[in-house]
Amino acid sequence: MSTPSAEGIAHWARALRAREISAVELTERALAAALAQQGLNALISRVDESARAAAAGADAVLAAGAESALCGIPLVHKDIFCTNAIRTTCGSRMLGEFVPPYDAAVVERLAGAHAVTIGKANMDEFAMGSSNENSHFGPARNPWDLTRVPGGSSGGSAAAVAAGIVPFATGTDTGGSIRQPAAFCGITGLKPTYGRVSRWGMIAFASSLDCGGVLARSAEDCAHVLGAIAGHDARDATSMQRPVEDYLRGLTAPVAGLRIGVAREYFGAGVEDGVGAAVHEALAALKAKGATLVDISLSHADLAIPAYYVIAPAEASSNLARYDGVRYGYRCADPQSLDDLYTRSRAEGFGAEVKRRILIGTYALSAGYYDAYYLRAQRVRRLIANDFAEAFKQVDLIAGPTAPTVAFKLGEKASDPLAMYAADVNTVAVNLAGLPAISIPAGFSNGLPVGLQLIAPAFAEARLLSAAHQFQQHTDWHLRMPGTGA
Amino acid sequence: MSIDSDTARRIARLARLGIGDAELASVASELGRVLGLADRLASADLQGVEPLAHPHEQGLAWRPDRVTETDRADSLLALAGEARGGFYLVPKVIE
Amino acid sequence: MTHPHSSPLTPHEGWQPVIGLEIHAQLNAASKLFSGASTAYGAEPNTHASLVDVALPGTLPVPNRAALDKAIRFGLAVDAQIARHSVFARKNYFYPDLPKGYQISQYELPIVAHGHLSVRLDDGRTIDVHIERAHLEEDAGKSLHDAFAAATAIDLNRAGTPLLEIVSAPVLHSAAEAVAYMRSVHTLVRWLGICDGNMQEGSFRCDANVSVRRAGSDKLGTRTEIKNVNSFRFVEKAIEYEIERQIRALESGQAIVQETRLYDAAHHHTRPMRGKEDAHDYRYFPDPDLPPLTVTEADIEVARATMPELPQARRARYIAQLGLPDSDATQLCADRATSDYFEATFATLAPAAAAASTSESEPEKVTSGVPRSPADLALAHAKAKLAANWVLGELAAALNASASTIDASHVAPSDLAKLIARVNEGVISGKIAKDVFAAMWAGEGDADTIIAARGLRQISDTGALGATIDALLAEFPAQLADYRNGNEKLLQFFVGQAMKRLKGQANPQQLNALLREKLAQ
Repeated sequence: MSTPSAEGIAHWARALRAREISAVELTERALAAALAQQGLNALISRVDESARAAAAGADAVLAAGAESALCGIPLVHKDIFCTNAIRTTCGSRMLGEFVPPYDAAVVERLAGAHAVTIGKANMDEFAMGSSNENSHFGPARNPWDLTRVPGGSSGGSAAAVAAGIVPFATGTDTGGSIRQPAAFCGITGLKPTYGRVSRWGMIAFASSLDCGGVLARSAEDCAHVLGAIAGHDARDATSMQRPVEDYLRGLTAPVAGLRIGVAREYFGAGVEDGVGAAVHEALAALKAKGATLVDISLSHADLAIPAYYVIAPAEASSNLARYDGVRYGYRCADPQSLDDLYTRSRAEGFGAEVKRRILIGTYALSAGYYDAYYLRAQRVRRLIANDFAEAFKQVDLIAGPTAPTVAFKLGEKASDPLAMYAADVNTVAVNLAGLPAISIPAGFSNGLPVGLQLIAPAFAEARLLSAAHQFQQHTDWHLRMPGTGA
Repeated sequence: MSIDSDTARRIARLARLGIGDAELASVASELGRVLGLADRLASADLQGVEPLAHPHEQGLAWRPDRVTETDRADSLLALAGEARGGFYLVPKVIE
Repeated sequence: MTHPHSSPLTPHEGWQPVIGLEIHAQLNAASKLFSGASTAYGAEPNTHASLVDVALPGTLPVPNRAALDKAIRFGLAVDAQIARHSVFARKNYFYPDLPKGYQISQYELPIVAHGHLSVRLDDGRTIDVHIERAHLEEDAGKSLHDAFAAATAIDLNRAGTPLLEIVSAPVLHSAAEAVAYMRSVHTLVRWLGICDGNMQEGSFRCDANVSVRRAGSDKLGTRTEIKNVNSFRFVEKAIEYEIERQIRALESGQAIVQETRLYDAAHHHTRPMRGKEDAHDYRYFPDPDLPPLTVTEADIEVARATMPELPQARRARYIAQLGLPDSDATQLCADRATSDYFEATFATLAPAAAAASTSESEPEKVTSGVPRSPADLALAHAKAKLAANWVLGELAAALNASASTIDASHVAPSDLAKLIARVNEGVISGKIAKDVFAAMWAGEGDADTIIAARGLRQISDTGALGATIDALLAEFPAQLADYRNGNEKLLQFFVGQAMKRLKGQANPQQLNALLREKLAQ
């Protein structure tokens, strides 16, 4: 019963309702798959008992006529979402034993739809990383090649879905952390518009950039999940009031007539030939279906990484100040003074990349440097947002490779932070502008998945999902499974 | 961008991150490299460009003035490493 | 540590003290600034600290509307600019009573800026104090250093309580001016109903920035900050001490160290606060969890429409229209509840005059044209004075004796007014009225009931009075002769005896007049 499955939500929803399988059985499959694939290190925690109980509950709801297609569907939550009474580590020693007394909004909403949480997914510590190598719980591995990274920071979520353990997982995306792992693992990853999904209970990294989202086998599945998790939440003052659309209904909108902007900056020198080729072919396929490809330029694209690596660490340095050993989380042994409590708890509780970013962020905000770094970066941010706004006057979507390379080897970039940061070159600008974007499997290079990124204007998730869905109606990249011969 | 050890020490102090003297130099040099990235921002023409703090315009929504939280002291104090008599404890601070 | 040996009143030759006050007024909202936990004082530790207040991972702030409304009211009361666009900013520092490791406050764009408050000093001068800004911020929790032997205890009940930080320009030049300003702000925030001003409970706290400079200089000297002084008296003493200390230091060639100091009430001095080194780099930046606050014209008009008559305006009205002396008007307006009580008493005592007076300040309450002849006006003024005397006299004494506030008065304004009316009508004398008041306070009923029950109606009937006088004059022939021989002081003797005979119920004016008449015969 542990055969990995490429089947998605729609398949299982139908099977559950046709009584071909029960929610309890489906959950057992997922738990068994998780157990069988522990080598991936995709999960930090598994919650067998509560999963079984939730599955039984879902079966009862199904019997009574469940509304949501998510009823009884197993999932993993990125370990950044607080889950009541279930350990939530954020990939860090700092929260290694932390058991939250409340559920994140995303968790509440999926539980409300009777989806079944089977575990918490591995991630880069405090969402800081692009490879899942910064986890206190060891790296997660790419199901396509266990010597390679799954991407990050939602590496565990991507690996769990790619390996067929669960049909979908939640993730967060601050600089590409849903899209890039989706690309590396050959699955679909959706980052919604900033403010579309509540951040209540989503442990903060960079507050003006963090977005909750979904990794799944298809755009259609992403539409199911987005419909459940999107929406205003009064507990998050940055949560947008705008009503939630019916993303499923919009999926069938045709690609014909869509103007797709191809930004030359996204095909820069760092992009591997194989990646570029696969993406160009994918774009050609869209063109064949009636889309128009338009050359555009996002002239400040080269400033996105510098701006991001000032703004995100600055906000993080402040957001992570609460981790001081006093009210929860890691506390050093025998502190000799208040100062000792702080400095040692934080030095011992945080990993190297987190400490690095806290220091960068502290510097960027400090007296004498605020104008030159933080303020300047926020002004560059506006330039980048303006570039997108200008482009969207001529095009409906913007396309390019999600990442410049395919999944790299474990350890390859770990010792060079700057090389690691450069991997985000195609994704961070989207977060700076607060826009929605999706990464969909678009081919392979040297046997490893390549992702195509589509970016839409704010709140145009429906357009993204329908274009991606149409692409997936005519290609089968998203159906491929690792170990079955790409 | 080059950062010296003194600056690294000051920043680490502000952030309450314990960094041993032996590590300071390497931390400083690492910081310097990353901040070198940030220095590229200096090339931008920012004439008349306002900072973008929140990606989308939406006014601040307010909450009515009502007490909605109940006493959760026990479950919250239970999360702490050191709590006694209803208080969180830290090493003695002298003012 | 030496104490300054000069008295606080010694002028500082050649030096000008420069003082600015930062007042933290806890806004009396029911819930916290960014969470729905209760702000009620005195609860068991950490029982009013929610997930947000404890800064659990994943929690977020949502601001309290009432706090904004109260801040706007303050801004209107001090004639300040209300920012249409203002920002919450994070002030980052580490301290155990600051759970997030930052305080949500306001920095570059505060909600209120550039106001002013007119302050009357004890010496009769009035100064106009520029209020640079007032902004919203959350309070920190409490650190208790003496609850445990080897640890500091943290109670987060107070963490997140809304504060309005009111910052004056450095335009105060003596401890007396500083305290007078502090009192004026204290009165105002209580008057507006935005803060209960309870200094023992920490609802109203003051930090003082103190420096000195050579008289005539326009450069500011190095200043020290004296923190968290929680009484008017201590603020005055702390500032006086600090001025002395700085002058002495500068005169002996030392420099002033910019530092934070605490006032030690036991030893009557200020001392540097330990543990607050590293000159604060707070790394302020706009809080990314909170979009900017926008305040519309409509918001301001709503606030303006609910503003009460302010103490200065009310004081001026009492003097100009009710003819009250400055001292009475000032005392009545020291406290809104007191002046409201006075107003209610006066309104019952002299309804037309009261209406006419308030109509000047609240035109929408104009009653039909009330003739205000000089005689009417004099009568109104007399009644106002009576009401003032009673409120500031007997009522205040009774409140003091029972240690209650005016809201807990045992005698309602309308009942006091009726008592005063009986005196005015000559039914009882002023002296008897005090006894009646005491009986009313003790719950024996209203004025008329008590007067009837105790048979206290004043005797004004000349027949009855005359009979008593005649009897007295017959009984005391020696004193009578003495008086007629020029010893006019004996009048009082006869008055006293007559009163005794008549159980104090003689109408004093009648008695006096009649007695003089008969004595002169």
